[in-house]
Amino acid sequence: MAKVIVVTSGKGGVGKTTSTAALGAALAQRGEKTVVVDFDVGLRNLDLVMGAERRVVYDLINVVQGDAKLSQALIRDKRLETLHLLPASQTRDKDNLTAEGVEKVIDELRKSFDWIICDSPAGIERGATLAMRHADIAVVVTNPEVSSVRDSDRIIGLLDAKTKKAEDGERIEKHLLLTRYDPNRAEHGDMLKVDDVLEILSIPLLGIIPESMDVLRASNLGAPVTLNDTNCAPALAYRDAARRLAGEQVAMTIPGERRGFINKLFGRRAA
Amino acid sequence: MSLFSFLNRRNTAPMARERLQVLLAHERATVGHSDLVGLLREEILAVIAKHVQIDGEKVNVTMERGENVSTLEVDIEIPVTASVRAA
Repeated sequence: MAKVIVVTSGKGGVGKTTSTAALGAALAQRGEKTVVVDFDVGLRNLDLVMGAERRVVYDLINVVQGDAKLSQALIRDKRLETLHLLPASQTRDKDNLTAEGVEKVIDELRKSFDWIICDSPAGIERGATLAMRHADIAVVVTNPEVSSVRDSDRIIGLLDAKTKKAEDGERIEKHLLLTRYDPNRAEHGDMLKVDDVLEILSIPLLGIIPESMDVLRASNLGAPVTLNDTNCAPALAYRDAARRLAGEQVAMTIPGERRGFINKLFGRRAA
Repeated sequence: MSLFSFLNRRNTAPMARERLQVLLAHERATVGHSDLVGLLREEILAVIAKHVQIDGEKVNVTMERGENVSTLEVDIEIPVTASVRAA
């Protein structure tokens, strides 16, 4: 049965779009039909991170308003045939996104995909609440930094109040994805540790993505980090997170923890 | 900067953790239902305004949110010449 995931955070710039692309590609690599949906109307970027910016013809609003069929708006990834993108509109007003329209699109996507991953806009306005509305699972992207943790706490409150599942008296599954984690700085007491964030937000941990140049490199090239360099540290961390989403038991590794003595002697290799 | 300043550089992460814990304890309590301390502030000022003309500039309200208790301090200057309004 199809699963709808919302990737959300409240705060902007913490890695929602990067994580949507990376998790989407990792799930698609498992051979499961996956679509990533951009809800950031007016400020779309998922197309760019996925490298499909020149292939956008129709968008989510066109489908919501009936100007295009869903099949016309979906863009199939050139690298992975199980991966699809539904872009947001860049020019339309976000008020064109209606609750009924979104519900119709999600229901239709559920029929043909295993995973529907909704990339939420920042903030707590309409776009963000519509993106989370039909989710079965929420991935809360958080940086180990005070403003991001505070906003994540707010978003967790909204997930428990404003989603369809919550209104129906069911529990929405919530997972923490800690991004831009720097084990060295955490070790030196200059960054919140994994356990600090987990204790404060008290939702289960989906994965820890280390701060890494590989993430920027991948977005420069327009490739999800899990497709660009499949063996770099963030790609491995995202792939483990995707396996956990799919229900597999995968041991949690905290980046940097396995650094041995020799590594410590020779350098501050960035994760 | 002293040569040894790195020795007394305090770690900042514990501070971040503590500030977040206090802040979120409050925010979790206030989201949804109204902020009690904020409500008290409004009502106290309204009651006083009923009896005395208050100069908005002479009112000083401070709030301190602590881990276990919050304090609300309302400091209002009432001039001797202020006329008592009929209640």
